[in-house]
Amino acid sequence: MPDSNITNILVVGIGGQGVMTATEILAEAAIALGHDVKKTEVAGMAQRGGVVSSHLRFGPRVLSPQIMPGTADLLVAFEAAEGMRWCHMLRPGGLVLMNTARLVPPVVDIGLYDYPEDPLAEIKSRGYQLHAFDAMEIALSLGDVRLGNTVMLGAMADHLPFPAGVLLESILKRFRARKPQMVELNQKAFEAGRAAEKAAQHEEETA
Amino acid sequence: MAAVMPAPSQSRLLLSGNEAVARAVWESGCKVAAAYPGTPSTEMLEVISTYPDIYSEWSVNEKVSLEVAIGAAFAGSRSFCCMKHVGMNVASDALMTLTLTGVIGGLVIAIADDVGLSSSQNEQDSRFWGRFAHVPVFEPADSQEAYEMTKLAFDFSEKFQVPVILRMTTRINHVKGLVTVGERVAHENADGFRKEPARWVMTPAGAGKRIPLMFERDKTLRAEAETSPLNSVDSGTDRRVGFVASGPAWMHVKESFPDAPVLKLGFSCPIPLEKIRAFAATVEKLVIVEEVEPLVETELKAAGIDCLGKDILPRQGELAPNVLKPAIAKLLGEPVPENLAKPAPVFPRPPTMCVACPHLGVYYTLAQIKNITISGDIGCYTLGAGHPWNALDTTISMGASMGIALGLDKGRGTADKDKRILAVIGDSTFLHMGMQGLLDIVYNGGNVTVLLLDNRAVGMTGGQDNPGNGRDIYGNPAPRVDFAKLVESLGVKKERIHVVDPYVLPKLFKTIRDEIKIPEVSVIITDQPCVLIDDYKKQKPYEVIDDKCTGCGNCVDVGCPAIHVTRREKVIKPSGKEVELQFVKIETSACTGCNLCVQPCAPEAIVHADLTKPIRLVKH
Repeated sequence: MPDSNITNILVVGIGGQGVMTATEILAEAAIALGHDVKKTEVAGMAQRGGVVSSHLRFGPRVLSPQIMPGTADLLVAFEAAEGMRWCHMLRPGGLVLMNTARLVPPVVDIGLYDYPEDPLAEIKSRGYQLHAFDAMEIALSLGDVRLGNTVMLGAMADHLPFPAGVLLESILKRFRARKPQMVELNQKAFEAGRAAEKAAQHEEETA
Repeated sequence: MAAVMPAPSQSRLLLSGNEAVARAVWESGCKVAAAYPGTPSTEMLEVISTYPDIYSEWSVNEKVSLEVAIGAAFAGSRSFCCMKHVGMNVASDALMTLTLTGVIGGLVIAIADDVGLSSSQNEQDSRFWGRFAHVPVFEPADSQEAYEMTKLAFDFSEKFQVPVILRMTTRINHVKGLVTVGERVAHENADGFRKEPARWVMTPAGAGKRIPLMFERDKTLRAEAETSPLNSVDSGTDRRVGFVASGPAWMHVKESFPDAPVLKLGFSCPIPLEKIRAFAATVEKLVIVEEVEPLVETELKAAGIDCLGKDILPRQGELAPNVLKPAIAKLLGEPVPENLAKPAPVFPRPPTMCVACPHLGVYYTLAQIKNITISGDIGCYTLGAGHPWNALDTTISMGASMGIALGLDKGRGTADKDKRILAVIGDSTFLHMGMQGLLDIVYNGGNVTVLLLDNRAVGMTGGQDNPGNGRDIYGNPAPRVDFAKLVESLGVKKERIHVVDPYVLPKLFKTIRDEIKIPEVSVIITDQPCVLIDDYKKQKPYEVIDDKCTGCGNCVDVGCPAIHVTRREKVIKPSGKEVELQFVKIETSACTGCNLCVQPCAPEAIVHADLTKPIRLVKH
């Protein structure tokens, strides 16, 4: 059985979306709170539009870096079909936080495969909880589609075993060091993601 | 890369296995570090190059990188080289004689096995090299161990004057974990290179005298392995099954069976046979968990130690808890854990070429030409074998496109007598191991058209510098290879060498079509940079005028991931044939204006985007 002292978070998406960076920031937040941490990716050719799944495990002591199927506490999907692809990794009834944007690969464009008709319904039909919102539109409305990963981090903020402020601080620390002009915008993206996720949760609970 | 201030001693850092090794190499006072990029090993040298007080280089191939490290170790300095598993195949010629001479300064060779094939043409087990070359193998399981074992490996190498292999796998190289780092200790060799021909000049007579010394050293190493703290026993409480495991597989065993007795092999070659024999006597069943070949298992069985291994575990891929748990439950006759939810069926998402990649023009063109066989090579352009181009027919190893093309030419049967043979190779792969093959084609009168795709970078591994782009590992100016002159000096006729812009499709098409008709070796060099490096300059993006798009799908054949089909429509042509129209949109926020899709668009439906309006995302 999974060690109950260990938190398992799976972050998935496509190469170039900032999945690995988001997980790294999450890892830094967990370290700041004194946890042992392991982070691993299955990211074949990550810069080439392939599938990226980033495993984060933290707790008193982490051995294997990989999350067993059926044991993830939280699945954060940066793309709709990727949420569907990976939802079996969640523990029964687990929570998916999802960007509803559809990123269609060339194999679908040229007609070799179909994009799933309704990934959201598919996830729910398997008994998982789902809070979904369009993170790319939020990022674009703030002026830069690259803010998408901070939006997604904001969306996670209220579903972690530590306060949202710790995560926000991990993000801002990184930008203060590398791109100080982006600090304010990232703070906005974080709050916008957090609000969008709350609204999605409310919608689910009142539906 | 610019040198950074290394984190102070006793810092606790989140490091990948590669970053941990780099830190340890620096702390060990290593003087020379060399490598050729290759997933999952690349970041080791990238990170080493950011440390002060150490010379680092991208070598042209792995064999040269090892030879550079050997020279430094002969000079008495500590040296390091690293490579992916297939790199060791290339470097092995040097290794197999290095084991006879041994070293003065410590020499550590880190080999990264791509267990699980994240980005490789095969899956091989580098622990074999330890047996083959009679050198010790250390196997870390995570970043902290990678750091510690690298430091131990330098000391060990120097003490026993033998190169040490640090065997890693993707699941260490690319996993981040916490590492407590230490101080750098400078390591100066006061003596310099000592002339000692009997040791350094390996003639038959000299080598014959060194072989017995190698066997003597084997005995010493085996005794060391028997007592090394790197091989440790956790006696556990549940004696029904005991495990011998190494590397990340050990982590997976500990995770899956917290109460089981486990012998961890950190110093795994030569194997500590007696230690394992004693351990085996304490458990009911012994299972060997090793990635990926049954190497320890076979040695134990040969020594009469009863054990299980690949008879119950897979011979391919990672031995993660979801593999181990059911296998052991079955062994114990326990109910096999219910396998959980099954993955939902979702389309595959194979890697693609980048938006505006200069290779797109090449493969779009090759896909239009009939009656050709295309010998491919290792790099981003291997993706040309995929959709929509299907324009690459073979891939074996670095530089192999050349020799294989010549073999396809010389070995052709009557069915292929009118086939044109092409070879496709990238700049860095050509310099790594392709030049010799081209020379062979020239020397032996082959009829091959070579496409040398010069994108000024080692693209697939992240755009590293190489002798073809005029920059060294630090980004400093370096002499730049002139590919046209180089191939001319190998004997390709000047009139058979063309430099073309892969974004200008009519010229590219005409050049290839003309050259394949001429029955001698030609080289067509494309000269646009990889879109992921700074040399690439973005242009104004495009969009599609919906009313003008006729759904012909010509632009889709380019294969650019920024072009999306948003509507399909079946129509019956006057001939009675049913065709499917594909109406497209361009993801303007991703487009960098390479102009490739504009060229095959007959209705001129693709135009520069109006950037005064907000860019909208394509909705599916």
